[in-house]
Amino acid sequence: MTRKQKKTLARIIVSFIILAGEMIFFAVSDIDLGIWELICYLVPYLIIGYDILKKFFLGIIHLNLLDENFLMTIATIGAFATGEYSEGAAVMLFYQIGELFQSCAVNKSRKSIASLMDIRPDYANIEVENGELVRVSPDEVSCGDIIAVKPGEKIPLDGTIISGQTTLDTSALTGESLPRDADEGSEVMSGCINLTGVIRVRVTKEFENSTVSKILELVESSQEKKAKSENFITSFARIYTPAVVIGAILLAVIPPIASGGGWSEWIHRAMTFLVISCPCALVISIPLTFFSGIGGASKQGILIKGGNFIEALANTSIAVFDKTGTLTKGCFEVSEVLPNDCTSEELLNYAALAEIYSVHPIAAAMRKACGTLPDPDLVEKVTEIAGHGVKAQLKSGETIIAGSAKLMSDEGVSLSDVSYTGTIIHVSLSGKYMGYIVIADTIKSTSEAAVRQLKAEGIRKTVMLTGDSEGTAAMCAEQLKIDEYHSGLLPKDKVELIEQLMNQKQGRETLIFAGDGINDAPVLTRSDVGIAMGAIGSDAAIEAADVVLMDDDPVKIAQAVRISRKVISIVKQNIVFALGVKLIVLVLGALGIANMWAAVFADVGVSVIAILNATRGAVCRQAE
Amino acid sequence: MKKVYKLIDLDCANCARKMEEAIKKLDGVSSATVSFMTQKLTIDLDESRIDEIMSQAAAVCKRIEPDCRIDMR
Repeated sequence: MTRKQKKTLARIIVSFIILAGEMIFFAVSDIDLGIWELICYLVPYLIIGYDILKKFFLGIIHLNLLDENFLMTIATIGAFATGEYSEGAAVMLFYQIGELFQSCAVNKSRKSIASLMDIRPDYANIEVENGELVRVSPDEVSCGDIIAVKPGEKIPLDGTIISGQTTLDTSALTGESLPRDADEGSEVMSGCINLTGVIRVRVTKEFENSTVSKILELVESSQEKKAKSENFITSFARIYTPAVVIGAILLAVIPPIASGGGWSEWIHRAMTFLVISCPCALVISIPLTFFSGIGGASKQGILIKGGNFIEALANTSIAVFDKTGTLTKGCFEVSEVLPNDCTSEELLNYAALAEIYSVHPIAAAMRKACGTLPDPDLVEKVTEIAGHGVKAQLKSGETIIAGSAKLMSDEGVSLSDVSYTGTIIHVSLSGKYMGYIVIADTIKSTSEAAVRQLKAEGIRKTVMLTGDSEGTAAMCAEQLKIDEYHSGLLPKDKVELIEQLMNQKQGRETLIFAGDGINDAPVLTRSDVGIAMGAIGSDAAIEAADVVLMDDDPVKIAQAVRISRKVISIVKQNIVFALGVKLIVLVLGALGIANMWAAVFADVGVSVIAILNATRGAVCRQAE
Repeated sequence: MKKVYKLIDLDCANCARKMEEAIKKLDGVSSATVSFMTQKLTIDLDESRIDEIMSQAAAVCKRIEPDCRIDMR
């Protein structure tokens, strides 16, 4: 509790004891104290309500006649005026109790959300000339400085390890609980926790541009992009208070005039209205729900740029994925080896020998698949035939050709039929066909689960876009059970296809697109929600995307949708609950059934419940 | 130019909403957000008149919620 809250608590206790004592005394004794009874009740009233009264007078000076303190004071004074002394004092007391609860609940959720984003490093150990370590604030460190990070410490700035090896806990950034190994030469991100060994890091980015600063900035500025329901509440709040106040005035004036009397009773009922005139429950709990959803998602490594995107994610009906780097790992691996007239090892050996000097990713994949690399000295001369393959002259006089079917037929080598999709590398040795190797991009282990979970969330259609060939795309789509795919696309074709798919949406449905964020910026911008994967390193991707995934796990897409749906359902619950209770109490109040006590509950009690409900948004289920 | 200020003792969500509306209407302010949760005012304003605008904004806050003040650092 803060000092202010403790003071309020003390006032609550004191005035509660006095008020309870007085109520018991006046209930059991028959003595008529006249004006002294009023004065007796004014004591606890002033103890508990003096700050509200102060704001009441300030409200009059500033003409804030729709201020909640102003209206609360009118309501309690009204109670005193109609002879309900104890009720006037008690309502003020309970209002303050409710406010105290509310402020504690808000503080608690502010803290719990802040702790979700507790990735800001407090200090950096900078290495000075004689090798000593000096503890400084992270924003005093500049690029090129050397910092030391001990086990248990947070890495304060992005950089490269120059000595030492360790394991890193990246869970605060990515939500991934498995620690990651890092040693000399590895890039490290600020916000990770160093677990095992001391490392020395050369800083590559100043604090302002470091990963931690970017994440915090992104999450905090998410408050500026408001969801439709937040804007609805804002507009609603604008008219709610005046409407209720007008209702109160009408209720106090019209029935007594019409029926010719009973002023005191109707004024009393009107005061009930004034107590419920603050739209606080809604104004606090709706933004809080979005904020806790965004905070909870960021804990899982999902950075959502605003409440409006939570709303859009929750309405997802079409999910579009880029293939390479999103559903697949984006790196090539040998998937099949089909020798014709030799062993698999021999075939791989020949291919690796031919590709020994090539920097092409396919060559690298073949060398990687080959257990022990052949001796480069065996090669006399290598000729690269761009786009088709290589031709290697060996010192032994033999020639290896590795490449496409076209290269083979150009060289007069007859091939066997190919029954695999992917990139096919045929190999021949001095004109004799040796077989072929299939190179394919591997599908991420979680891609299938991602598609399945999205379907389980009721997403109508999944689409895959790729620049790859038809065969590769078809196989990948089939394996992942994706409804529709388009292959052989250029970046501008992808934008056109997104336009077409956007036209297939109905009503409030939205389309999400997930890509690696580097080549897909126009598509990310065009779709309702653009999701960039593993993109924290790329400023362009962060700029273009609406949701940024810290790692490249596609399951997080489904999780983002799930979190958003939960947030939206809490928002709906809170709107219905808060408005419902207020409306019921207003009606019952007008009929004289609900008194001011019920009104205090409808005001602050509902707020507290709605706040507690809102914080549930931060708790999200882990993916199965 | 965009600036972010901390709001101290912002305890009332409805006041935060009213402040946001009032600050948005100040001359020289192109957009403003008051976040009750982060207790921050994000304001996009005319840099050459920053002192004048911010003293007006502070007055607005004082009028709506007497306890609340803007941390001008």
